[in-house]
Amino acid sequence: MSAVSSAPKATVASRRFTVWVASRTNLMILAFGVLVLLVLIVFPLFGPTNWTRRLIDFFSYLALAQLWNLMLGYAGLISVGQQGFIGIGAYTLWLFSDIIGIHPLISVVFAAAAGVIIAFPAAALVFRLKGGYLAIGTWVIAEIMRLIVANIKRTGGGSGITIQATSRLAQTLGDAAWYSRVYWWGLAAALIAIAVVYLLLRSRTGLGLQAMRDNDLAAESCGVNLWRAKLYTYVIAGGGCALVGAVQAMYSLRVHPGSAFSVNWTAYLIFISVIGGIGTIEGPIIGAIIFYVLRETTSKYGTWYFIALGLIAIIVTVWSPAGIYGWVLKKTKFYLFPLQRRLRLLTEGSESRRTSRAETPEGAVQA
Amino acid sequence: MSLLEIKDLSVFYEDFQALYDISLTVEEGEIFACIGANGAGKSTLLRTIAGVLSARRGHILFDGKPIDHLPPYKRVELGISSVPEGRRVFPSLTVHENLLMGAYRKRKGPWTADAIYELFPLLVPLRKRQASGLSGGEQQALAIGRALMANPRLILMDEVSLGLAPVVIKRIYEAFPTMLANGCTILVVEQDVQHVLTVANHVACFLEGRISLQGVPCELTVDQITAAYFGV
Amino acid sequence: MDWINAIIQGILLGGLYALFAVGLSLVFGTMRLTNLAHGDLTVLPAYIALILVGSANRFNPLYSIPIVMVIMFIVGYLLQRGLLNFVVGRGDIQGVIVTFALSIIIMNGLQEGFTANSQGLDAGKIENLSITISDRLAIGWLPLIIFLMAVVVVAALQLFMGKTKMGRAFRAVSDDQEAARLMGVNTRHIWGVAMGVALLIVSIGGVMMGIRTTFNPMLGSDRLIFAFESVIIGGMGSSWGTLLGGVVLGVAQLLGARAFGPAWQLLVGHVVFVLVLALRPQGFLPKTVTA
Repeated sequence: MSAVSSAPKATVASRRFTVWVASRTNLMILAFGVLVLLVLIVFPLFGPTNWTRRLIDFFSYLALAQLWNLMLGYAGLISVGQQGFIGIGAYTLWLFSDIIGIHPLISVVFAAAAGVIIAFPAAALVFRLKGGYLAIGTWVIAEIMRLIVANIKRTGGGSGITIQATSRLAQTLGDAAWYSRVYWWGLAAALIAIAVVYLLLRSRTGLGLQAMRDNDLAAESCGVNLWRAKLYTYVIAGGGCALVGAVQAMYSLRVHPGSAFSVNWTAYLIFISVIGGIGTIEGPIIGAIIFYVLRETTSKYGTWYFIALGLIAIIVTVWSPAGIYGWVLKKTKFYLFPLQRRLRLLTEGSESRRTSRAETPEGAVQA
Repeated sequence: MSLLEIKDLSVFYEDFQALYDISLTVEEGEIFACIGANGAGKSTLLRTIAGVLSARRGHILFDGKPIDHLPPYKRVELGISSVPEGRRVFPSLTVHENLLMGAYRKRKGPWTADAIYELFPLLVPLRKRQASGLSGGEQQALAIGRALMANPRLILMDEVSLGLAPVVIKRIYEAFPTMLANGCTILVVEQDVQHVLTVANHVACFLEGRISLQGVPCELTVDQITAAYFGV
Repeated sequence: MDWINAIIQGILLGGLYALFAVGLSLVFGTMRLTNLAHGDLTVLPAYIALILVGSANRFNPLYSIPIVMVIMFIVGYLLQRGLLNFVVGRGDIQGVIVTFALSIIIMNGLQEGFTANSQGLDAGKIENLSITISDRLAIGWLPLIIFLMAVVVVAALQLFMGKTKMGRAFRAVSDDQEAARLMGVNTRHIWGVAMGVALLIVSIGGVMMGIRTTFNPMLGSDRLIFAFESVIIGGMGSSWGTLLGGVVLGVAQLLGARAFGPAWQLLVGHVVFVLVLALRPQGFLPKTVTA
């Protein structure tokens, strides 16, 4: 059985150890996951269009929640203003498609870039605040973006505007084909978000971010550059949310400041992250599924739907702050996307393995 | 009946056990010293008595009555006052305001602000100064004065000599007899055994969460104490 | 003259913002809780006044203010002890999430109970009464009263904090929660009182604004932002600073509206906020406490 350990065997004061990174069960899940992924990729080719459209929404929320989680769970940045970047992405898509004349499916890249670029000055301002006030600061930034866009007549002002390029494409290609293309961008957004979060956090910077979450001062004294790590997180999230905004714009074929910059986006992704579990990758996936099911079944009740979301979020936060996946973790200690490294001590000369302090997950790979 | 009785007290910080089945008794009017190295559990004991920590097992009896489920402010009402580790005076309040805070839930008794200023004359010129601007020794005097303002029957002192010059420590210990004369029992925690053993009536030595030695200081040898302190 | 009018109106508007802001910073100062539902809790009192006024005949809403203040104090105390005390001290994240969710609940609850339509409170003649200074300059009584209330509240708060036993307790709890507990302070009760006082203060502004103009369930978000901006511009930790911050914001907004048109009012305010944050992040009158 091949080793999945990322470090060679080493010796520390007569105790040999190795760094364990994933279990055998993880590998099986990985294989299954690849299968699921292949199905998802080809889905629009044979699936019904209304399901394709639903999945675009689902992937959007999933991507947003992952990015929000990246900022929050690992960098301690609380943002209630990501809708600013979503709106920027949507309007940049319109700008490049209709005004500049680049194909919408390519304009998406520019939309993401716009999010990244704007994130820098936004960060410079917002990072002067801390904690809850930082959160409100992000909201103010989003409001500024909304007001600027809404005050420019050319964008259609407060009533929004249709993205001609996308409506034309939807007409000429037909619904199924157009939404398939939007779908692939949506799927890409979700995959990129998950991949970025996963790779970033397994890297050295990632360990630093996780350390930072637990103790600013301790992390800094270990040489982690806090400010830069926070900045990168915020910028990545900005670009990712702008990407989702562009996808949403292509999905609705129009942009409107009230909906593109709506604080409801934040409400949704907070709910998803809280329900699923803050600080994990698996959490938002579960949260997004639950959220979507709830939406499909109850959102017609309008205000009561929102009140229910709010109540559930409060109850989960106060009584089970780690969310559903946190609860699962406590029972099974199983990670779909393992981010931890565990130290496993090898006894001298023998074949047996012992973990240093905590549990040994079942099926741990022999290193 | 003893003033304070601790029975089989076990205290945890999440999964980590800090105190293992601690039992001790403090009589009214005495000075009881808890000594031990850093992390031995002495501060944990004081905080549990004061009520900011809960014990998972065991009981605390004050005046014969269990106080385990009482919140800290009720314990102050009963007469348990604290001089916390690190002094923890209120930095944005003045010296006088800090003393007034000590009297927030005061009981009847001889301690007033004026009496504190008499006990610690060094505080008199500092009355209107913000507590954050005081030296270590001044803050310690203030913290003790603040605890006395509640007219406690039992005063819990956590590491009062930490970081202070010997002459300052001496001055603080000189206040003890006045405190006792005014109806206070003192439970003091110290890492520095030298001073405290000269005034204590009873001593308990802590080692890794357990009591390794208990007794009357004059009946214990230096070797015994050293062994109990370091666990050799 | 129009510019002077804008400035004066801005100062008076600043009084309102200060009323809202003082509540926000009182809660933050005492328990490090950023209450994202704060704005909505300034809209709620107007609806409570609406119910009170509707239940009695010819009841002038101005007289409802003391009653609403008491009700909002109780609401704040219960909210704090019933819910928010559980998230105080558990980190910023939980506080933000819970108060944000609370904001959503209040906003939608009000919408469900009263519809999204604008409502108004009719206080009769006083709404239009004004002091005429010159033939082109008049100051409305209502805005002036609001401003004066703000000054009174800030002065009263300073007195309360500085001279009363409970005010001292507020400061002590804010400095060191555990030490305060060791001194016999019931922190859960103090936090309840702090939230109660904060909501009592904002209810003055909330009802008066309901009289002065219309209100609807959606106003909360903007009000939260104005309160926040006032605190930051003025400088954290200082009540007079918050009053100044509110005035700066109010003046900026109305000058902006005068210069560029009403659609730019909010944006100009935000821009001034951004400038202060960028150039003088500690605000104009920060209170420095060396710990």
